[in-house]
Amino acid sequence: MSFEPKIVAFLCNWCAYAGADMAGTSRIKYPANVVPIRVMCSGRVDPEFVLDAFEKGADGVFIGGCHPGDCHYVSGNYRTRKRVIMMKKLLQEMGINPARLRLEWVSATEGKKFATVIEEFVNEIKELGPSPEGE
Amino acid sequence: MAKIAMYWGAGCGGCDVSLLGIHEALLDLLDVLEIVFWPCATDFKYEDLEKMKDKSIDVAFYNGAIRTEENEHIAKLLRKKAKLLVAYGSCASKGCVIGLANLSTKEDIFDAAYLHNESTKNPDGIVPQEKAGDLELPAILPYLKTLDQVVEVDAVIPGCPPPTPVLVEALNALLEGKTTFGKEVALCDECPRKDTKPDKIEITKFYRWHEKEDNGDCFLAQNMICMGPATRAGCGGECIAANIPCTGCMGTVSRVKDQGASMMSAIASLMEEEMDEEKERELIASIHDMVGTFYKYSAARLLPKGRLKDES
Repeated sequence: MSFEPKIVAFLCNWCAYAGADMAGTSRIKYPANVVPIRVMCSGRVDPEFVLDAFEKGADGVFIGGCHPGDCHYVSGNYRTRKRVIMMKKLLQEMGINPARLRLEWVSATEGKKFATVIEEFVNEIKELGPSPEGE
Repeated sequence: MAKIAMYWGAGCGGCDVSLLGIHEALLDLLDVLEIVFWPCATDFKYEDLEKMKDKSIDVAFYNGAIRTEENEHIAKLLRKKAKLLVAYGSCASKGCVIGLANLSTKEDIFDAAYLHNESTKNPDGIVPQEKAGDLELPAILPYLKTLDQVVEVDAVIPGCPPPTPVLVEALNALLEGKTTFGKEVALCDECPRKDTKPDKIEITKFYRWHEKEDNGDCFLAQNMICMGPATRAGCGGECIAANIPCTGCMGTVSRVKDQGASMMSAIASLMEEEMDEEKERELIASIHDMVGTFYKYSAARLLPKGRLKDES
């Protein structure tokens, strides 16, 4: 059986989650490997959530937020961007491929973009194989 | 008389000293305590411990982490013999500085310690053996473990080593049978530099301690990483009072699981809000050692099975 990665996606309520909804209502298909978790803002995604997801066996973690300048709470996504840069550096030091963590800006109208980046991410993780932490 | 035991696992010995360091308070405690096992201070053998009845020790303190089979054996033995088992200090509870060893393999550590480093001449390549003739040394475990990764732990006394006020409060609570004690706020709350913290901090460059002259203000406001916001209060900010930023030995308040993640989150919020992505990358790249900075005392929790191997 081919490897089907488990991916946790933290999606902000105002943009990325609405974008995922848009993909759904527009009947755009994307891989079913993603478990979406709605958060009010991508800035709510504490680095602890990301580490916890990996510890519990996620092969990849996706964070979706509003485009820079569009954050519903003005600056939450800027904080997220900094956190993701830090997390990638930490993952590298821990021996986890930083490509397993991905941040994308998806607006409420970008259903197509949501489906595309998820498909891309799933394929990338398939190539990387299972996370070493989940074993 | 309450019976207590204290064991020194893989650690520096500072915890044993810290128990003596409570000075006169120790005299009061000795009136109500009977020490039944404390290899560092008194003459006890492991057989003495083995012969004790199960649950006959009221409180057993375990300081140091678990790095050898001997450490593991005593941890299990103390668990059996004691009513309350307490992780004493940062090594036992979180792995502490020596937990950073989990970034390396056992083989790498032996290589660096005995074979290849600037200050070692070892032409015959002599490395400690577990068995030599009649002598036996306890085997080194592949990775360092915290006490609660081996046995169930009833209470934690934080700190590296536990500061006197924390320790005295903890000892008194434990003797009354209470297993929760200590403050549930961040160190900033009792920081001697609290009044110098501005309403808004905007970090534009990270300075290491030696790179900037300390002006006596909040270290974060001076753009130096201080673990205060993610660290549990109780020590009174001894290090800050000595002009050293907090490195986080007290661990976290009970509501937070991951001290390092919590601090990274805080640092991201304290960096100047609207800098461009390039600048963000540059700035974060200047923090040289993420694990050593944010997980100085909890690397053994972050990497219980050592550094992972994920092709990149």
